[in-house]
Amino acid sequence: MNWLIAILQTTLFVVLAPLLAGWLKWCKCHLQNRKAPSLLQPYRDLIKLTKKQPVVSEQASWLFIKAPYIIFSATVLAATVVPLIAVDLPTSASADVIVMVGFFAFARFFLALAGLDVGTAFGGMGSSREMTISSLAEPAMLMAVFTLTMTASTTNLSGAIAHVLHEGLVLRPSFVFALFALILVAIAETGRVPVDNPATHLELTMIHEAMILEFSGRHLALIEWASQLKLMLYGVLIANIFFPWGIAESFGASALGYGLLAILGKLMLLAVFLAIAETLVAKMRLFRVQEYLSFAYLLGLLGMLSHIILEASR
Amino acid sequence: MSSSNWTTDFLSQLADVGIAVEQIPLPAISLWQIASPQWQQFAELAMLADLRWASGWAEHHDERLFINACFEKYGVYVLLRAIVNTAKPELPSQATVYPAANRSERHSQDMYGVNFLGHPDNRRWTRHKAWAKNHYPLRKDFPVAGMPETITPPDMDYPFVKAYGAGVYEIPVGPVHAGIIEPGHFRFQAVGELILNLEERLAYVHKGIEKIAEGRNPESLARLAGRISGDTTVGHTWAACRAMEQAAGVEIPARAALLRGILAERERVANHLGDMGAICNDVAFVFAQMQFTRLREDWLRTNAAVFGHRLLMDKIIPGGVACDLTDESAALITQGISQLRKELSEIMPAVDLNSSLEDRLYTAGYLAPDIAKAFGTLGYVGRASGQDFDVRRDAPYAPYDQANFKVALEDQGDIASRFWVRYKEINAALKLIGHFISQLTAGDILAEWQTPLPGSESLGIVEGWRGEIMAYVRFADDNKIARFYPRDPSILNWPALEKLTLNNIVPDFPVCNKSLNGSYSGNDL
Repeated sequence: MNWLIAILQTTLFVVLAPLLAGWLKWCKCHLQNRKAPSLLQPYRDLIKLTKKQPVVSEQASWLFIKAPYIIFSATVLAATVVPLIAVDLPTSASADVIVMVGFFAFARFFLALAGLDVGTAFGGMGSSREMTISSLAEPAMLMAVFTLTMTASTTNLSGAIAHVLHEGLVLRPSFVFALFALILVAIAETGRVPVDNPATHLELTMIHEAMILEFSGRHLALIEWASQLKLMLYGVLIANIFFPWGIAESFGASALGYGLLAILGKLMLLAVFLAIAETLVAKMRLFRVQEYLSFAYLLGLLGMLSHIILEASR
Repeated sequence: MSSSNWTTDFLSQLADVGIAVEQIPLPAISLWQIASPQWQQFAELAMLADLRWASGWAEHHDERLFINACFEKYGVYVLLRAIVNTAKPELPSQATVYPAANRSERHSQDMYGVNFLGHPDNRRWTRHKAWAKNHYPLRKDFPVAGMPETITPPDMDYPFVKAYGAGVYEIPVGPVHAGIIEPGHFRFQAVGELILNLEERLAYVHKGIEKIAEGRNPESLARLAGRISGDTTVGHTWAACRAMEQAAGVEIPARAALLRGILAERERVANHLGDMGAICNDVAFVFAQMQFTRLREDWLRTNAAVFGHRLLMDKIIPGGVACDLTDESAALITQGISQLRKELSEIMPAVDLNSSLEDRLYTAGYLAPDIAKAFGTLGYVGRASGQDFDVRRDAPYAPYDQANFKVALEDQGDIASRFWVRYKEINAALKLIGHFISQLTAGDILAEWQTPLPGSESLGIVEGWRGEIMAYVRFADDNKIARFYPRDPSILNWPALEKLTLNNIVPDFPVCNKSLNGSYSGNDL
């Protein structure tokens, strides 16, 4: 039964990810005084791409063709670790947050290799930029996560969420720092404005998009889907760790239903904030990203310090 | 020195060093003919006298090639000419003195086989692989249809400038791009993200404008000129019509001149609005782009409602204009202007106060004033780098000779300067349109055409939205065009892009490029 719910939860992740992307786009369009495409447009795009024949360069190796499947599977596995509607599921008990970061790194490694594989100038450029950014983003991410896990005395996400849930509403300075650090990292890792622009056609400014320029058809669909999934994962992380209220602690139908509604509401709200932020700022110069991510790291560090100084003695 | 007597002084300087100048007055411009071996020496003296090199082209006459160059100072233009034989078409290059002359001379080299001795970079330019080695498409014996092979061979062996060293890599971009833009190839040498060198390779949209202009009648040439670069259809048509009218001695009615002014300023406003939005879009500030795009769209719809064409194509015709303005239409335009002013007053503070935008646009893409001057950079690109020149003020023509307006000027030379120069020009243009409408009096809008004498030639110069546009026209007999050379401002602005991107990082190139926004079609002809 528990495993069934775990599978259901992961399926929900995979199925709902394009909807979140559609909702984000809808919000952005309205903030920019544009007519928005339907919320279901990302699904239609994915279906359209799967129906198209992938065009693969003659120079491509096996890695290029396998990479989309590896990236998608790794991202789905990362999704199994994150509690979406319920805590205490067997999947999230067997793996902790460091495994999740590891899955992301694994997926990114193959994406960067695939970007380099066909030998185009843009792919290599994108891979180089992606690795630069991730080498700065990962420490900041871990620092924020460690702050949380120190409070809950576990690296298990499910346990940490349950801990926050049982403590009730306590204002912890360390959590505020960690929250902001994680938001900054999430924006960088999911390739949103101001770090990267997912909607651009300018090859020279691209980071994530530059690596996937050579992909088409179902390969592209899988990579796009994986990016949407990653965006949702970060959204759920932020929503459920810092604002876990509503998540199901038992596996009754009503608790699960309530948990689903709660996370949908939280994600919708988060996407609205993200859309507003993306509308207000221009993309930063590439060499500003290191300052931006150093700041995220600093916030994570401050979170940990304030935990040790203010909270740990209690 | 007063504005007009520099020619007298300069002629005496030329006489001192033994350059014999044969002066031939043409309608609206003076033609100076010199011996071809003194071509470069003239340029050296011109450089010392601070003349601006403005344009260069050639022309085929039986056994001879006319080599032309146009210089300007204080708004006074001089057309320089030397004649060489087709048997041995060579003369010393002016590009050694004026870097601005570089690509024009390479164009003449490719199209006519002129050998510019001592040219610093005589690689092919307009020539890709469409013509065989010894074919010169603009010579009279080359057929208009060309002699194309079934499949044009790939252009693989163009000798790009190379950079060597550890960590130096090359990024080829284009000619096919991801957005809806024209084709052009950019070759970067970079270390990490830092641009060491950028080389442009253009002429992918060579349409043979110069060749297919030959033998047309004036109406047909005006239509062709309107298609040199779609965004400058008013500017190019006006320049071509001015040249033809001067050559034919046709005086256009005052009302037609005012209407032309309104059309040109409307084109300027529309393009500047589009560019300002596009600059914001290239740094992912989509909100502003959407707003500017909306304003441009409203503006173009007014064009369609009042003049019957969104981009105002074919509204200027030889002898006048093809559209009139009723009182209701004038009211519609005035209403559109006040609407645009109101909207801009809300949007511009939001753009101005956005620090993330400021961080991207200030100091990026810096074009030093001395480089802008050396390359003869025109329009908003020049004016953002302190080049205080505007044909409308410095060599005024109807209707600008009766108008008072301020030329926008900035001296920071960065993307922000080019952004704000455009904004200032929009404001000036809105005032000018209002002024022209208030000056309108009833009258003809079309003068009667007079067939010009065979061999009549003239140079039409107007300020298009990108800057000074020059059109050279020579008539053959029976009202037919013998030679047409339109010089789009992009021809002089494109080389500036190679300079202003230096020391920028690769991902900042698109916004640098957009801030300059050269026309590919206008450059390639």
